Amino acid sequence: MSSQPAVHGQSGPPAAQTPAERVLELNGVHTYYGNIHALKGVTMDVAPGEIVTLIGSNGAGKSTTLRTISGIERAREGTVRLNGRDITKMPAHEVVALGVGHAPEGRRVFSRMSVAENLDLGAFRRSGPDVATDLARVYDLFPRLKERRTQKAGTLSGGEQQMLAIGRALMTQPSVLLLDEPSMGLSPILTEQIFKIISEINDQGTTVLLVEQNALMALNVAQRGYVLQTGKIILSDTAANLAANEQVRQAYLGEI
Amino acid sequence: MRFRLPQRFNLVSTILWGLRIVVAVLVLAGSWATLSSGKLTPDAWRELIVFGIAQGSVYGLIALGYTLVYGVLFMINFAHGDVFMTGAMTAFFVARNFGESGFINANPIVALLIIFAVSMLTSMLVAIVLERIAYRPLRRAPRLVPLITAIGASLFISNSIRGIYGEQSQSYPSVTALQGRLDLFGIPILKTQALVIASAIVLMIALVYFVERTRTGRAMRAVSEDKDVAALMGINVDRIIVTTFAVGGLLAGAAGVLYALVFNEVDWFMGFLPGIKAFTAAVLGGIGNIAGAMVGGLTLGVLESVGPFLLLGGANVPSPNQLRDVIAFTVLVLVLIFRPNGILGRSEPGR
Ligand SMILES: Nc1ncnc2c1ncn2[C@@H]1O[C@H](COP(=O)(O)OP(=O)(O)OP(=O)(O)O)[C@@H](O)[C@H]1O
Ligand SMILES: [Mg+2]
Repeated sequence: MSSQPAVHGQSGPPAAQTPAERVLELNGVHTYYGNIHALKGVTMDVAPGEIVTLIGSNGAGKSTTLRTISGIERAREGTVRLNGRDITKMPAHEVVALGVGHAPEGRRVFSRMSVAENLDLGAFRRSGPDVATDLARVYDLFPRLKERRTQKAGTLSGGEQQMLAIGRALMTQPSVLLLDEPSMGLSPILTEQIFKIISEINDQGTTVLLVEQNALMALNVAQRGYVLQTGKIILSDTAANLAANEQVRQAYLGEI
Repeated sequence: MRFRLPQRFNLVSTILWGLRIVVAVLVLAGSWATLSSGKLTPDAWRELIVFGIAQGSVYGLIALGYTLVYGVLFMINFAHGDVFMTGAMTAFFVARNFGESGFINANPIVALLIIFAVSMLTSMLVAIVLERIAYRPLRRAPRLVPLITAIGASLFISNSIRGIYGEQSQSYPSVTALQGRLDLFGIPILKTQALVIASAIVLMIALVYFVERTRTGRAMRAVSEDKDVAALMGINVDRIIVTTFAVGGLLAGAAGVLYALVFNEVDWFMGFLPGIKAFTAAVLGGIGNIAGAMVGGLTLGVLESVGPFLLLGGANVPSPNQLRDVIAFTVLVLVLIFRPNGILGRSEPGR
């Protein structure tokens, strides 16, 4: 265990540390589904401009963490802060307005609506000229969506639906973009492409919290990472350190 | 080459095909017998069809309430027939007043608009309260629970009205301007029926515009597809659900006045049969499907009115009209056997 990086709770990884400088901050978050204790005290943070990845095996609680941040699930204990503001008890539709964009697991586009309508829904709470600017940006990132803007989202391919889910989340003008397994079910080439776009989105100034099963790719684009196991953060470090970590390599990078 | 059975051959589909053929033969034979007997004049047929369309429009408007609520909650609001009834019953008092004062004939358009407004607002209010206190607290309960609540709410509303407004059937005052017939492309149509059909068309167009073209309508469609993700878009899901009930209530209230104009009588129990028929119409058209509700309503209305005469007129059935519910519901069952999702297909719950 000598090469083990900082365990959560001890001295942290190199991240911005004054509260105001964190876009997102979770402190001892516990979330339940009925009696199922899904998150058992998750503490993590994301600083402006970062890509932070949250990795872990099936059922670890990655999606639950994102759902708790965006308000779909309610934390029973602990706090969630967005840009310093406590949003723990805020309903999902209000959290969006404060700057959390969430592309959920499994894409979940509105399949009976057109691509354009899906994107418009992302801007449901917004109005004004910058909506058009953001739409242009999304179409710029995903030219394919522009070609298909009148097509029903349900008829898009898996990759296109993922682009739409990300684009729709961007239309909320997020100060942090939550991406839940964007590479799920995509071919290696498409996965590569999606990850490139995630970097591009980040380069344009959007902070990203990325949940992935594909830990290798995720650690490649991220600056920092957290490892979640059965509802607890067991590791947190720079992405490079995590990628080099024995335990991580064995558990999540498919190495024996 | 060896003879092979078609790949999907099986007992059930054979029986279904047999059934289809039997039904087709019966319908054709019955219709042929009736038509060749010449018992009904072309005028009588036309009368039946137009009446069917008018009654079907009323069913369709009520059916929209079932279908809209099903669309967002995947629940059948069995109290919707009573929502319809409260509007018609409350507006009755306004109508009677207008009738006694003579206002209804002095200024029929304004009078009718006020009657419509009272009925629609009453039904809307009842629908909103219903959602708020009977359904919302049970949003996360197992699916059977709101169903039981719906039945309870239905009894609660109808019996409250029975207690408050009395048990007697009441009839709306007659409107002179609505008596007699109107010549529509050479076809004389009863003015009341013309009003019913025209109002239903206007309300349908308004509803489609609302759902397809407005921000709230789009939010409603989003909620119908995926509530969690709708919330992630910033949509207040609870507000959209109550709006859906409100819209269903408005349409039911309008249907209440139209019903009173066609059938003349209103009472505390009037929500029951039309409610069931409208629910049937919604299922027939494809529940959750807005166009389906209207198509289902019209189909059921016309079937009910024309069906008994067409199928049994040739046989020596003493009063075919008494069999209208039998025929209508037989057809419903048959349609659902062959098209389980209804004529236009239904919307399925998301994940
Ligand atoms: N709606 C739910 N009801 C009950 N339990 C749930 C529900 N959603 C998730 N869970 C449970 O909570 C735990 C965490 O689930 P979660 O979906 O957050 O995992 P995950 O890390 O995202 O997994 P995956 O990689 O498979 O997406 C699991 O044990 C899961 O069974
Ligand atoms: Mg998940």
